[in-house]
Amino acid sequence: MRLDPHTTQRLVKALLWAFTGFTLLILIFIIVDISIKGLPQVTPGFLSQDSTDMGRAGGIFPTIVATAYITALAILLASPLGVGTAIYLTEYTREGWATRIIRFGAECLAGVPSIILGLFGFVLFVLKLGFGWSVLSGGLTLAIMVLPIIIRTSEEAIKAVPQDYRTACLSLGMSQWQTVTRIVLPSALPGITTGIMLSVGRSLGETAVLLFTAGAALRTPVSLFDSGRTMAVHFYILAREGISMPNAYGTAAVLVISILVINVVAYTLMQRLMRRYS
Amino acid sequence: MMQREKFIERGLLLLALSSIGSLALITIFIFIEGFPLILSTGLKNFILSSHWAPTKGHFGILAMIISSVLVTLGAMVIGVPLGLSCAIVLAEFSPKRLKMVLKPTLELLAGIPSVVYGFLGVIWLVPLIRNYLGGPGLSLLAASIILGIMILPTVISISIDALTAVPDLYRDGSLALGATRWQTVSRVVLPAASSGIITAIILGMGRAIGETMAVIMVAGNALQIPTSVLDPVRTLTSNIALELGYAAGRHREALFATGIVLFVIIMILNLSATLITRRR
Repeated sequence: MRLDPHTTQRLVKALLWAFTGFTLLILIFIIVDISIKGLPQVTPGFLSQDSTDMGRAGGIFPTIVATAYITALAILLASPLGVGTAIYLTEYTREGWATRIIRFGAECLAGVPSIILGLFGFVLFVLKLGFGWSVLSGGLTLAIMVLPIIIRTSEEAIKAVPQDYRTACLSLGMSQWQTVTRIVLPSALPGITTGIMLSVGRSLGETAVLLFTAGAALRTPVSLFDSGRTMAVHFYILAREGISMPNAYGTAAVLVISILVINVVAYTLMQRLMRRYS
Repeated sequence: MMQREKFIERGLLLLALSSIGSLALITIFIFIEGFPLILSTGLKNFILSSHWAPTKGHFGILAMIISSVLVTLGAMVIGVPLGLSCAIVLAEFSPKRLKMVLKPTLELLAGIPSVVYGFLGVIWLVPLIRNYLGGPGLSLLAASIILGIMILPTVISISIDALTAVPDLYRDGSLALGATRWQTVSRVVLPAASSGIITAIILGMGRAIGETMAVIMVAGNALQIPTSVLDPVRTLTSNIALELGYAAGRHREALFATGIVLFVIIMILNLSATLITRRR
């Protein structure tokens, strides 16, 4: 028996929408479950006190400091590299073998799984360069991880700036570099910020890389050479070793909500930039 | 002035070489650490034996290769239909405004850390499997489902881009011939977007086979070749992460060698994705 095309269409559409609805439900379920069980744990004390008894009691202050420290370092290292790459690709060269190699490098780097990055950071920074399990080793490895994100978003943002802006500047006698720094970069800034924020979001959630480069010491790191346990690593250890479910949920809530807020703001910024120039 | 410009260009080129440079460094270091062990054990013994007893000098990773491949295939079975459905609905069957809201919302799934997926898998999914299907719950099936969900953002966003890149002329032509929307989508749009969709699936595979933390938490990590989807498994990635903390000497080299195998698999997947995209 052959179904009439309109009936088939109705059936298929129902099925496709059901799958889409299911996917949305998964997302909602994750956010609701983490919020309901986690948010009640998140008190001012939880955010500002030291952890005691391996994380069974007390707050998560040391892990917040470690997360901020390592993320800031990674962003500080990766931003100039990433934005510089994007400027070079869009403003300073024509498409050719050089750009192809650079783009290929960034694409492949984006595909390298975090466990491989962890292995690499462990052997180069922790062992060979002697930085040990430290904020420095973690930040350096994370910088490599987020580099492709910053390159891709910055390139997209810089390309969105209308060509007229550049032509106008150059015809006023400005040099290429003046055009880039005074006109192109300021116009692309919201998009570049988006890339940086997405990188922060990615860094907050990373575990495999940091477990082997930054270590898991539950103390507030002060020096670059101190080991630091980030929120994600702390959450992993609490959950996996069954140390404290309430504290695991609390940490997860702080983690997931910060990442979601950062991603939503980043997305809005990029949308606004694209709308302004299209 | 010209000289300054030249100088700036050189400087920027140096910055731009950072990503390919990092990639080269990663490759070199993983190979330096792991390759000697593959040479001394023999590639055949390394990847075709499943006897893994690193403290006794047996380094066979076949069981983990099989587990990684099965977990990845399982993830595809779950993730590809769901992801493709979302992409088709968003690109072809939903009003523009709804798409503007749904697309970024679904992309939020990508921001949720893998440890959180693993954790929720342990809390919700593992007991379900244990109670209703049997076995320990921590299993190939649990890992496949969690990974299937985790690859959704990759599959969805790349497939949507592929579908929206198909010119509207194609759709108009088909509709004008009296085809229904679904006939248009299934016989015109999907074939036209097929290379992009295949890229989406390949990149999703890369994501699944490389994922570590979520898999460690839900897969059970038993060293064996699974005979059922309810068996616990240990993947290449989880083996590295579980043992790196205490491994030394040849044992550590063997973990880097495992890394090489994983790295090669993922590079092949990425390369084929790049090639397919370029051909288009």
